[in-house]
Amino acid sequence: MSKIDVQVTINGEVYREACEPRRTLADFIRKDCGLTGTHLGCEHGVCGACTVRLDGQTVRSCLMLAVQAEGASITTIEGLSDGVELSPLQQAFHDNHGLQCGFCTPGMLLTAQELLEQNPDPTEDEVRDRLAGNLCRCTGYEFIVDSVLDAAGRQAAVAGDA
Amino acid sequence: MKPAPFDFVAATSVAEAVALLGERDDARVIAGGQSLMQLLNFRTAQPGTLVDVNRIVGLDGVRRDGDFLAVGALTRHAALEAHPVAREQLPPLAEVIPYIGYAAVRHRGTIGGSFAYGAPYAELPLVAVTLGGEVIVEGAEGRRTIPIEEFFLGHLETAVGPQELVVEVRFRLPAAEAGFGFREIAPRRHDYAIASAAALVQLDSSGAVGSARIGVGSAHPTPIRVNTAEETLIGRRPDAVALAEAGQAAAAAIEPLGATEADRTYRRRVVAVMVQDALAQAIERSREAGS
Repeated sequence: MSKIDVQVTINGEVYREACEPRRTLADFIRKDCGLTGTHLGCEHGVCGACTVRLDGQTVRSCLMLAVQAEGASITTIEGLSDGVELSPLQQAFHDNHGLQCGFCTPGMLLTAQELLEQNPDPTEDEVRDRLAGNLCRCTGYEFIVDSVLDAAGRQAAVAGDA
Repeated sequence: MKPAPFDFVAATSVAEAVALLGERDDARVIAGGQSLMQLLNFRTAQPGTLVDVNRIVGLDGVRRDGDFLAVGALTRHAALEAHPVAREQLPPLAEVIPYIGYAAVRHRGTIGGSFAYGAPYAELPLVAVTLGGEVIVEGAEGRRTIPIEEFFLGHLETAVGPQELVVEVRFRLPAAEAGFGFREIAPRRHDYAIASAAALVQLDSSGAVGSARIGVGSAHPTPIRVNTAEETLIGRRPDAVALAEAGQAAAAAIEPLGATEADRTYRRRVVAVMVQDALAQAIERSREAGS
């Protein structure tokens, strides 16, 4: 099967790689671009581990072909922090024990980050509702919800100081 | 779990997509891919060619067209939910869309794909069946309009031919005095529902039911309009007894799907309650609209 060139921008860097049309965006990011922070759990859109931002919107990278992302701008978990400095949301997950094994964490962070951009002061119910499509088998979700609410509170405090 | 090999063509026009579907006998359309990618990953579907319609300019969009809200097939669920024309002309859409999958799914999933796939649990097909509507498809012979009553033929089976492309979905706009109601229950939020119901009710000047349309989803092989349930209500005062009878009539009218989350008996019971609740909401809103 012949390969097709795919060019995307991931976390501000341009990647151009040849891949088969059947390559999912998730595998393209991991195997062709070498960014293994995006995790693959169920590979059929149920677990949310492979969530990335495509032109700003969260998508499941296992439910998309790499060739369909041609020209797109993508943010993965590697693009969340500023160098070695954790993002406020990442720091809140760290401080609140929002992860154990860490497998679901990239998808949780990208999903929660989008929520906080759209709704900087979500209720607990709104956080749970948004995270319903991201499965975690370690935490029981409590500390993840705490982390997102804490991050929202910190953002508000920073905004209040400014 | 990786898709089997296929040829991939990104069509740039409806004509090109339709021509490709005609030329290659094992071609399938991919739009948002939120259902088809699952089938490809599982290799349940192994098409020889995938015709991608995501790059067709003008295949999305929302506009009012006479008595209908016309939605371009490539319109994403999230875009339809936010669309000002849709919000103004047909508020039930923005009310129901949040029930569809997760945010990440609604960002990619398309209206045309949802109708073409024909899953019984899909929310917008249930809305179209309840309000009335039609689907426009294009094939080698040109366009044809399929009334929604003739569109869903069976479980994951629709009237769209293998060489046709869904280009537009049209929802009939309800009368201003009509009230809409919707209810669904799922084992986990945003997961596939066990049963869902939609209702459109108009009360007459005496407060009795003048007209009623009731649809049930997720419980029967297709989204289904239940005329027998509607008939129990016409001309009656919509009290609790009348609503319960309508719910029972709907439960009796379906051929319930069986699955691990809900056996047939349970699903019928849930259908009755969903119909009752959707009706109660519709009636309440019809009263508000009339007062």
